Amino acid sequence: MNRSQFDLAVGAFVALGILALLFLAMKVGNLTGFDTGTAYVIEARFDNIGGMKVRAPVKSAGVVVGRVESISLDGETYEAVARLRISSAFRFSKDTIATILTSGLLGEQYIGLEPGGVSEYLVQGDRVMKTQSAMVLEKLISQFLFNKAAETPGQTK
Amino acid sequence: MNVNPLSLFTALGHALTSRLERLGLAARFALSVLRVLGVVFLRFGLIIRELYFSGVRSLSIVIVSGLFVGMVLAVQGYEVLQRYGSTEALGVIVALSLVRELGPVVTALLFAGRASSAVTAEIGLMRATDQLAAMDMMAVDPLARVIAPRFMAAVFSVPLLAALFSAAGVGGAWIIGVKLIGIDDGAFWSQMQASVDVRIDIVNGILKSVVFGIAVGLISVFEGYFAAPTAEGVSTATTRTVVTSSLTVLLLDLVLTVMMFRGLN
Repeated sequence: MNRSQFDLAVGAFVALGILALLFLAMKVGNLTGFDTGTAYVIEARFDNIGGMKVRAPVKSAGVVVGRVESISLDGETYEAVARLRISSAFRFSKDTIATILTSGLLGEQYIGLEPGGVSEYLVQGDRVMKTQSAMVLEKLISQFLFNKAAETPGQTK
Repeated sequence: MNVNPLSLFTALGHALTSRLERLGLAARFALSVLRVLGVVFLRFGLIIRELYFSGVRSLSIVIVSGLFVGMVLAVQGYEVLQRYGSTEALGVIVALSLVRELGPVVTALLFAGRASSAVTAEIGLMRATDQLAAMDMMAVDPLARVIAPRFMAAVFSVPLLAALFSAAGVGGAWIIGVKLIGIDDGAFWSQMQASVDVRIDIVNGILKSVVFGIAVGLISVFEGYFAAPTAEGVSTATTRTVVTSSLTVLLLDLVLTVMMFRGLN
């Protein structure tokens, strides 16, 4: 084999390898996300965030608009502070409500943003004023049982 | 038979010091290869030739293995997932295991068996037939002329081959999952794209395979360069390359995995 045949084979090999990398990045990993784009960070405080994790999606009307950047605990108010990184392509009004939701019965938890009607918008560093905490299944069940017991005091012996 | 109890400690001590000595030799050898690495880029044709023998000739085995591994993962993954009624997650499972672990690791193991062993045997035979000494006599540095191009070829080839392995594996899983079993095509890809992160999963996987390429390439040229100049020496060196490379890759994989993925959630 002479030099140019080596070059051809190696060139094809490298091109094939880069194609495979592109396939992984585009088709498997979805590089077209907005992680690379500009974004702003807002803060939301919850009484209880349940099992939410860092990097959980932030959705509005079911569409992913950002990710949870960090979760920490405010040492004075004992509230969970979630910092949400929202893509600059989306603006949310000041009275947006942030709710912790679960996709499906056992699915991952995410934050849902419901925009309000005020014409001022949340900017970098703002805090979402209205939040709704995660549903904790155990609390729901115990609440349900207590209510049941309170409703029918005469029937239990 | 009366064994002197002290000889046990002598054997232990010798085993330890000889291994440490070899490790030190390898480290010094790696440094001297690094020193001549820049020269190699001036004569890129040398690397092209080695890329052909190490990389291009490994293409078929890597792609076919990737295809089969992806297919097996799809069959086994489907078997478990269908119990929980979430067969659409098949794409996620296959893609994550390939990109994070199997792609880099299995490719490095295959490369050690297919290409590194050949490199060791080639260099070992050069040593045995005094070709390396002859180069030295002609004021040609064998490290720059023989060792460095082969090392660089491994460093370039392994990540590219690992990417091809993963891509072929995802393709294999798609054939089994979507074409034969009948999982929804859209769900297969969209769940995969939602869960595979480019930086955390794909870039880390590539980083892993770069490290494996450096390790496997270095071991193969080291074992060849210091092979005993006999027929038996060359065969021992070839075996050692495959064994040491495989163990090193698996150990490095554990270390890298802990470093890369432990902090997540």
